[in-house]
Parts: sequence; C-alpha cells; structure tokens
Amino acid sequence: MKYYDKLIFELSKPGRTGYSLPAAACPSETSGCAGPLPSDDGPLPLTMPRVARFPKGSCCQAADSIVWREATLDLPEVSEVDVVRHYTNLSQMNFGVDTGFYPLGSCTMKYNPKINEEIANMPGFTGLHPLQPEATVKGALEIYAGLDKALAAITGMKHFTFLPCAGAHGELTGLMLMREYHMSRGDLARTKVIVPDSAHGTNPASAAVCGLEIVVVKSKADGLVDVEALKPLLGPDIAGIMMTNPNTLGLFERDIKEIAKLVHDCGGLLYYDGANMNPLLGMVRPGDMGFDIMHLNLHKTFSTPHGGGGPGSGPVGVSDKVVPFLHIPHVSGFHGNFGIMLRAYAYILMLGREHIKLAGKLATLGANYIKESLKDCYKLPIPTVCKHEFVFDGLLEDNGVSTLDVAKRLLDYGFHAPTIYFPLLFHQAIMIEPTETESLETLDAFIAVMRKIAEEAKADPEMLHGAPHNTPIGRPDETTAARQPVLKA
Amino acid sequence: MGAFSYFPQTEEDIRVMLERVGVSSLDDLYADVPAEYIYKGEYDLPSAMSEQQVRDFFEGLAAKNSRLKVFVGQGAYDHYVPSVIPYITSRSEFLTAYTPYQCEISQGTLRYIFEWQSMICRLTGLDCANASMYDGPTAAAEAVRMCVASTKKRNSVIVSARLLPHVIDTIRTYAKYAGINIVVTDKVAEEVAEGVLDLAGVIVPSINRFGIIESHLGLADLVHKMGALLVEYCDPSALAVVKTPAEWGADIAVGDGQSLGIPLCFGGPYVGFMACTEALMRKLPGRLVGQTTDASGKRCYVLTLQAREQHIRREKATSNICSNESLMALWCTVYLSLMGPEGMRKLNALCYEGSHYLHDALLATGKFARVFDGEFLKEFCLKPLCDVEKLQQALLDAGFFAALQTEEGYVTFCVTEKHTREEMDRIVEIVKSVK
Repeated sequence: MKYYDKLIFELSKPGRTGYSLPAAACPSETSGCAGPLPSDDGPLPLTMPRVARFPKGSCCQAADSIVWREATLDLPEVSEVDVVRHYTNLSQMNFGVDTGFYPLGSCTMKYNPKINEEIANMPGFTGLHPLQPEATVKGALEIYAGLDKALAAITGMKHFTFLPCAGAHGELTGLMLMREYHMSRGDLARTKVIVPDSAHGTNPASAAVCGLEIVVVKSKADGLVDVEALKPLLGPDIAGIMMTNPNTLGLFERDIKEIAKLVHDCGGLLYYDGANMNPLLGMVRPGDMGFDIMHLNLHKTFSTPHGGGGPGSGPVGVSDKVVPFLHIPHVSGFHGNFGIMLRAYAYILMLGREHIKLAGKLATLGANYIKESLKDCYKLPIPTVCKHEFVFDGLLEDNGVSTLDVAKRLLDYGFHAPTIYFPLLFHQAIMIEPTETESLETLDAFIAVMRKIAEEAKADPEMLHGAPHNTPIGRPDETTAARQPVLKA
Repeated sequence: MGAFSYFPQTEEDIRVMLERVGVSSLDDLYADVPAEYIYKGEYDLPSAMSEQQVRDFFEGLAAKNSRLKVFVGQGAYDHYVPSVIPYITSRSEFLTAYTPYQCEISQGTLRYIFEWQSMICRLTGLDCANASMYDGPTAAAEAVRMCVASTKKRNSVIVSARLLPHVIDTIRTYAKYAGINIVVTDKVAEEVAEGVLDLAGVIVPSINRFGIIESHLGLADLVHKMGALLVEYCDPSALAVVKTPAEWGADIAVGDGQSLGIPLCFGGPYVGFMACTEALMRKLPGRLVGQTTDASGKRCYVLTLQAREQHIRREKATSNICSNESLMALWCTVYLSLMGPEGMRKLNALCYEGSHYLHDALLATGKFARVFDGEFLKEFCLKPLCDVEKLQQALLDAGFFAALQTEEGYVTFCVTEKHTREEMDRIVEIVKSVK
C-alpha cells in the first residue's frame, strides 16, 4: 500500500468539469417559460440566478422568490480522469476481503462471490422505482417471496420482514415486534429486556432506542449465561431476552432449552441476535431452539460485501405467534436494501441444500484449528471446543506487549487485525473468526505470523509498541482528533 | 457431495485440521449442542445451482419486471448515473472492506467519508455531518430522537404533513416505541406559535411531497423562541440551487442521498445524510471521521468522538446505529466530484426546464387543474380532471410510470435531465387520448 495525500478538493481548478449533460430538452422559447436554461455554453454565475433568470411568466410565478440558494456551492472542479485517479489512489490504501484474510470476530468476513455483484447490477433490477405498480415488478416480488422461504427454511422461523438495513436495525425492529406482541395482549408492564453481559454493544443500545429498560444477566466462569442468576430477574415486567448463540466467546449456550422455558413461562419472548449465525448455518435452526424473533446479517452469514461499513441488510424473522405484527414497524423508506437481498439470494442458490450443510461446520473447524494451534503462545481463558470464533486474552508471556500491539503488528504482515478488547469479559480480548472460505494454507500463514509476533514480543517489545511499520500511515493521534475535531475540509 | 468453489478445504485438509483439533469428525465439533437441536432434515432449499444457472434464474426474474420510463419521484429520483461511479465503487478495495476500525489499512474508506462529510456540509451550509445513515427516512427519525435528546425534558416534535408519507411513517415508528409525542400538521408555523408545551423539535421539508419548494422564512426564529430545534428534510441534489437549511436557520438537516447518482434499485440501498450545527456535534448518531496526524506527522483520518457510540456506551449511546451506508456515501461523493458546482447547477436547470415544459403542456390539455402556486424544481402535482386509473394504465401501456396519485387524489410527475422532449410530448399525447 502506498501513501497518497490528497483530498479531492485539493485537485480542484476553476473551469474543469467532470460531468456530461445533455443539451436542454425543451429550450425556453418552446416552453413559453424563460427558465434558468443552460442553453449557452458560458459559465453560469455561482449562485442560482433569481430575478434575472426567472422573469415573471405563466409558469414561473415566484420569479423573484426567496427560495433559491444564496451561498456559493464550493464543490471540487475536477475532470473525469482526476476523479478516477484520485479514488483509485484512495482504494490502494484500503484492505478488503479480496486483499487478504480478516480474522474479525463476530463480523463474519467471508468471501464475497462475484456473480452476486453481476446479478445486483442487472438493469431489470436497478431500474425499478420503489413505487411502481405491483404488476410491473413481478420479478422483484418473487425475489422477496423466494428469499423469505429460503431464510425460513434455514432458520426455522415463519416469515421475515426485509425493511431493516443492518443488524442493529434488525435488532431494533425485532424489539419493536416484541413490544407489539405484548401490547396486543394488553400486557403493558413488560418494559424490561434481559441482555447477557457478553452481548454485542448494539443489543443494549437497540433496546434503549426501543424504549426498553436493560437488565444485565451475568455469565459464569465458563462463559455461558448463568441460569441461576437469570431466574430471579424473570417476572411480569420482562418483555424478553436477547441471546447470541453461540455467544460472543464462540460458545454454544447449552442451557438454551432451560432458558427458553424459563423466559416463556414468565411470559417473555426470546430474541436471537443473528450476528453469530454462521456456525449454525446448515446445522442448527434458531426457531427449533425456541426463539420467537431473530435478525440475520445478510452481509455476514450470506456473503454480501461489507462496503467499508454498509450497505448491509438485517431481515427479521419471527415465529407463528409474532407473524401478525410483522407488518407494523415501518423502520425504513421503501422495501429495504433490495440490492443486498439479490446478492444473498444468489449465494443461497449457489449453496443449495447440499453445500449449506458444510458451511457452518467448516467455519467452526477453522476457528478450532487456529485456537489449538496458538494456545501455547496466547492465553486461552476458555479451552473448550468453540464454534465459529473464540477469544484469547492477550499473550501468554506479554512482556508489556498489549493486544493492541499484536493487532497492529498483524497489519504489517498483511493480515487484518482480529476484533480486539471485545467481549468486555477479558481485559486483553482478541476475538478470532476465520469463516469457511479460508484455506488451510491461509490459516497456517496466519498462525505462523501470530507465533512470530509472540516471539517478537519477547525479543523486541519496543518495536511492537510502535507497530505498524509497513502501512501507509502509522498509529494516529486519536486524542487530538477527539479533542479538537476536524470533521470537514 | 462434490467440491464447492466457495469452500477451499480439500478432504485431506479437513483431516489434518480435525487431527489438530483432536476430534474425529466435523459433527464432533457440535458435541456441545443438545442433539435435539441438530437439524437432521433436508433443508427446504433448491438443489445447488451452477453459476450459469443462477444467472439464468435471475435474468428470468428481471425479465418479469417492466422496464419503464420513470416520471415519478416521491423520494426516489431517476437521475443519470455517470459510468465512473459503478466503476469506482466496484473496486474490491472499497467494496469488500470492513468498517474502518483499523485506520492504518483503511485510509481509502476514511478519506472518502471525510470528503462526503465535507460535501454534505457544503450542500447544507451546516457545520458538521456524520458518515451516513441507512436512508433519508431513518435519518429523519434519528433527527427527531436527537431533538428530544438535545432539549431538556421536552418530548414533543411537530412533523410537517407535507413530508413524504414514507418519511412520516418511519418517524412515527421510531417515536412510538421511544415514547416521543408526534404532532403531524399541515400548519406548522401556526402549531408552533400556539405553543406545544414540551416542544423539542420541528421537522419540515425543503421541497414538499407536492414538489413545492417551501419558504421557511421566520420559522427558525419562532422554533428557537420556543426552545426547540428546527430540522429540515432535503433533496441534496436540489440543495445546489434551493435555499439551504443553514440559510433558513435550521439546526439539523437530513435527507436521502439517492438523488446523487444512486440507481432506483426498487428502493435500496440508498443512503441517509445528517448534518447539524457545531453546538449539536456531540449529539450526532453514527460514525464520524476526523482528521489528525500519525506519529510521523502525516495527515490521516480516523473514526472519532466514539464515546457517543454503542460499542463504547452501550445503552447510553446516542443511537444503536453501528454500520452506516459507507459504499453508498462513496457513490454520492464520486457523483458530486464529477458534477462540480457547474454540473449541479446545469442539472437542476435541466430539471427545472423539463418539468415546467411538461407541467405547462399537461395543463394545456385541459385534463388537469393547478393546485399549488409555489415554485417547483423537478416534481409537481396537478389535480386530475380525467379518470386517473385509465390515465395511469394508458401511460403504463406506453412504457411510462407517471401520474402517481397522492392521498388527496392529485397526481405527481417528476422530470429529470434523463427525460427527452419526445418522451414528454408522448406523455402529453397519451393524456389527450384519455377520456
């Protein structure tokens, strides 16, 4: 990767343009409206002309209206080639799944198949207006129906809503459905939701946005939810529990049957956080474990690209008893992120009923393989078989070298860093998730580098404190960034 | 079962790995899962397709959709998408990247988000903008939450009935569960002046759902006098020429970036934007990218002010939003770079002219009456004096999606730079032929 310093604004030169627009379709003399025509090739003044260009006339009553912009619009003036080179240069300072391995725990950075992109870009899909009559979008509606059926088959839920645009958005929608269910029964006192201490940060945040109070249930030393600690929390004020299974330590919550019974018996519902669905793909269905509501991250489990932080898609599935409320929360503009659904559906059709049975297993195998190969250099607080991910608690012999140092040194060796300092149960957490699309050779290369870093920690801890050394920039001054924020050029 | 192109493990690889793990089969990795939860049935999915079969399958579905000339806006605008944009956004370094937590290998993403934030500030005239939201309607709903969070002990928000219906629906949904009191009204200024007791905010459209550019003269002063915040919902493409939220005195601007070069795509993915005054900076939901330097003094960009966010603050965060719509923000950033100030002005002039041409020609048919006097830019509304269903069907039969009906029974049209004089003349001919 090569450092490139420019902002697009710094390439600007007055008079350059990168646009290509048609000549006026309807010159003013034919329309009878002396509108603000760009029929001449000369530059227009910087502010939208008012009186001069909007003379009073039949169609321009508010000719001298106050509704037009006064301020200069300071956008870059650059040619097409400037734009292409600038963004190509920027892209070369970026790491992606196509560049290399992402062992990012709870993020499921699997390979993004290319056929998916072609399908999502078919003009028969990209040209559809969201408000077109049903008769003109039959193919699109079939995609919703087909994907609904496929996801229901995979998860054991009944139906899905596709409005949520991301996982956290799905959580929020799912909690809204939980509240609708209780409200429909006149059960208005259920204002609390139970969240394990190992949960993703979005769980409590989504609950708060949904107007619910959060009750935290502790994990035991073995990393699993403490059923005995859960029991006294249950009562007529509990709307439900949000569970991640396997949890963020990559451990399957074995007591799920008892938890489900306890929560249902107290009148609550079970919410399944689909962020960790990948190891269950083709093996276990949340619906069968007693979950009433769940979301899926199509950008994790179903291979759609993360796009540098979106667009994702977080469809929410529900069991029979929640289906009647599925249409109620209108959580986004039109029909959700259709383009992402196309990609996920294409992936499911490639997997088919045959290959899906291997997806979760291979993801789980990879995680366990890394765990077993590194546990003699990194602290493994929970040594049991994991699912798709597991957590180290820093180096065995840290010599003052932190998890952050290890993560930053990995960048030097061409790997993305794992998720670090999460879950909060450990001080030096390193959360590793390889996914099923990584080969044995890739895993071995990663393991070799992790071992090398453990050696470096013994020999030269100073060097690690300063890592990374081979990236376009070194560690940033985050304190100044937060204390004196510069958020725009 | 044969090998599968997305799984690189050979049988020998699997054997080696199982041995290292110390189990004898893949199923043994699930020994901790109660047996009753292991799904033993056949998944009700189609048999695996080849890539060509998948392509054929979707081409078949795409062919079942009608390719129409779109003369409707209502929150999704059919502007031309310059070829540079998909070319850049499909670069795998952008497309397949994760959220830029590791800034040392994410300067590409961070830099374009910083440019996006800067451009949104320049379009709206406001001080700071976030890294993007899911879409315009969710940005509006988050702005309503932000008003309540930023004013003390105030819980009511006045929502203009002239916002697009899907924006109002989304605001109502978020507000319902958060316990925020929403007052939807056609007479915003009057309602504010009457003095809603615990008014936290007011949200109005820059261009309303009838296509009229609204005047908000004096509104900000009135709202501020009541101790509340003013939010404006905008079409960012139009902001190049219509009065900015800052010029009207708004505190927060939100809207959908779709009009900046993003295809219609049946409603998504789009991208929401949110900008605000400096005073509200730390109340913003979502990601923010800031400029700083690295240890050697090189200029660089990082995610900043993260103490607002869910992964740090959990239930005390300003929002539950985690990812944004990063790649779609790149679409808009590349679009605005290509268009520049001149292109944006000409584009709007073309829309203005085309829409006024069609508006006048439609009125001249005698099949419509005028309903609004205000200035419009690309979208307008008429009262039909003919059978609307027949009109819509005749237009559809000729390949046009136009004359979408509002809840009042008016019909809306939208003209962009993509539309030709011939197409508009054809629409007028069809209108004339409808009884």
